[in-house]
Amino acid sequence: MRDMTQYIGPRLGGVANKLLDDSVSARLGIRMATPFTLVLCALIGLAAVVAVYRLLFGIGAASNLNDFWPWGLWIGFDVLGGVAMAAGAFLIAGAVHILNWKKYRCIVRASILNAFFGYLLAAISITLDVGRSFVIWHPLVMWQINSVMFIVALHLVLYLSTLATESSPMVFEKLGWQRTLDFVNRFMVGAVIFGVALSLLHQSSLGANYLIVPGKLSPLWYNKLLPYNFLVSAIMLGLAIVSFETLLTGKVFRHRVPREVVEGLARGMMFVGAFYLVMKVWHLVTGPGIGAALDGSFLGNLYLIEMTVGVIMPLAMLSFRSVRTNLERIFAVDILVILGVLLNRMNVGIFGVSEYATRAGGDYFPSLMEIVLTVGMIAFAILGFKVCAKYLPLFPEEGHH
Amino acid sequence: MTITRRNFLKGVAGGGLLLATGVPPARARVSTELPPQAVGLLYDATLCIGCKSCMVNCKVHNSVPGGALYKKGMKSPPYESKGLQGSDGIWDAPRELSGKTLNIIKAYRNGTAEKKDTAINGYAFFKQQCLHCISPACVSVCPAGAFRKDPENGSVYYLADRCIGCRYCQLACPFGVPRYEWDSAWPEVRKCQLCRHRYAEGKYSACAEFCPTGATIFGKVTDLREEAKRRLMLKPGTLYDFPVQTVTSRERTRREIAAYVDGVYGLNEVGGTQNLMLSGVSFELLGFSRNIPRFDLPSLTWAYIAKILWILGGVFVGGTAIHAVTHRKEKGA
Ligand code: SF4
Ligand code: SF4
Ligand code: SF4
Repeated sequence: MRDMTQYIGPRLGGVANKLLDDSVSARLGIRMATPFTLVLCALIGLAAVVAVYRLLFGIGAASNLNDFWPWGLWIGFDVLGGVAMAAGAFLIAGAVHILNWKKYRCIVRASILNAFFGYLLAAISITLDVGRSFVIWHPLVMWQINSVMFIVALHLVLYLSTLATESSPMVFEKLGWQRTLDFVNRFMVGAVIFGVALSLLHQSSLGANYLIVPGKLSPLWYNKLLPYNFLVSAIMLGLAIVSFETLLTGKVFRHRVPREVVEGLARGMMFVGAFYLVMKVWHLVTGPGIGAALDGSFLGNLYLIEMTVGVIMPLAMLSFRSVRTNLERIFAVDILVILGVLLNRMNVGIFGVSEYATRAGGDYFPSLMEIVLTVGMIAFAILGFKVCAKYLPLFPEEGHH
Repeated sequence: MTITRRNFLKGVAGGGLLLATGVPPARARVSTELPPQAVGLLYDATLCIGCKSCMVNCKVHNSVPGGALYKKGMKSPPYESKGLQGSDGIWDAPRELSGKTLNIIKAYRNGTAEKKDTAINGYAFFKQQCLHCISPACVSVCPAGAFRKDPENGSVYYLADRCIGCRYCQLACPFGVPRYEWDSAWPEVRKCQLCRHRYAEGKYSACAEFCPTGATIFGKVTDLREEAKRRLMLKPGTLYDFPVQTVTSRERTRREIAAYVDGVYGLNEVGGTQNLMLSGVSFELLGFSRNIPRFDLPSLTWAYIAKILWILGGVFVGGTAIHAVTHRKEKGA
């Protein structure tokens, strides 16, 4: 490792040296100089070019969005999906800090960091999605309490700060700034409770965004409980993501997976998933009717895929003890849930308005630039997570606390 | 980790206080009452001859300072001549409402298109523009308060300086009215603002002023409603003196009452709109969705928003209580 004090002076250099010291993760064996990292960097670079192009020439030039289809991939995937994927953090943080379930302490940092990147993805994408990016802060000072979007904006900023606060002990610990560390830790439980409240609201308010479009969003998804559909499915997804990530880091880094943790997450997924299924079936039966899902239409099929992949198959699998106790099978369930819930967000955010939009004369499929930006944002999240795993005490060793 | 109970409670209380005092006096929920001096338009499709005089004059009279299409340094109205050969930019041929077009006359045709205002083998004209809802979805959803409803005359207008360009207004408007300047790097949202910039000069909506047949008339909403209902009550074929330009105008044109269908559009749609429409062909066929709720849309979101403070409070109290219980043994650490 280079000695940074040679380059930027003793003070800054000392801090940099401490930050760049990767001995904390030595036992994980994370290698940065890999082809995979290069691919990620290339994707991020491409996305950056698209972002600049979009800022210079406008949304019309960069995307296929139009007056009939004002929201597309960036909202449907990056914002709705990115935020939903971040739901694991408040669950695990709440379980550890409020419920005092010590078992999950070993994954609390990773899931918070993961959520931080999920929210960052949402925040950067929405900044580029709004046409007047440089005044995106307006809602924060121009309160308009009738607007769910205002609520969403407020939550986004508050929760990103909360997540940063919740993650900061890792950095202070690394730097050895004991006083600051104590100071932050003093507020930790308050921050966690605040984070839980914000998350419950934020996850549901993304669904509440669509309450005002009963005539546009297909009845397959529209219903008065949409905010709570979003909340419950986000919880299911959040658990799946945390479990997925725990297993994945166990595979690619040299990191022992605490077995009972993953099994606990799987049980959680099963309970929440069952509740979600009841909610969805109730809505289907009392709302558009089962026929609407089975009529072979484009939207009906999307609905069926979403439910089969994301809810029915995972629940069927989890109902077997042999699945719930087998890490490989749990991994497969995680992937199904992730795909299914992400499809749900895109169904609500993109496809669900298609019948209305087509009637009005609109058509939409994401442009290449929209896709490049989204892919680049995902690459950014993966790389960011990897860098943090290498340089920060992300997985405290057993008995560390 | 060492957290004393007292410090922790201090932190929680501080956060709560910050939330409570940080709330500026935000405007309360969207009203469902017709404003006292509400004005609007009545468009009677059976009188419209499709001359598009309203479109031309809407564009001209809104491209002046204060108008809904005006931009600094604008020399001529924003004509849409894309795809027209040899137009020299002076022809206007919009096909849809757009960032450059606030109202549009379209034609309905069926079969041989012989008889006006008939659904089968007939034709009809219709006008699309903002209907100036009594409880506008666009106003309620805008996170920056860029859309406003005038508390006196009820016109729904737009303040570009506040807009962040999120297009939630486009998604939320049940009639698909607001349009975006997609080709701009600093886009604005465009829609009819009922020519509110002309009221100070004693003028009224340009489309009504320049409508030669009385198909579009301007007036107080209460008068317009009466006028529309009166026409509906009369037997088709009765001779009637239709007012021209404004509902109270003395200039009248005598014509037969047509066979209206569907009643007055805008009386109940989304809780009522200030612009009203009458037609001889069902609104469904003219592209006005039947799928429009009969109540004010903002109430749908308000039901959710009203719960937020309760949830926040509940989680704080509940979370603190649970934390106290689960951390009993570690007390005073
Ligand atoms: S018609 Fe649409 S744009 Fe006009 S006031 Fe109603 S919601 Fe707003
Ligand atoms: S695009 Fe502008 S006017 Fe429309 S909702 Fe967003 S901020 Fe408000
Ligand atoms: S009221 Fe004014 S802005 Fe609206 S359509 Fe008529 S002329 Fe155009």
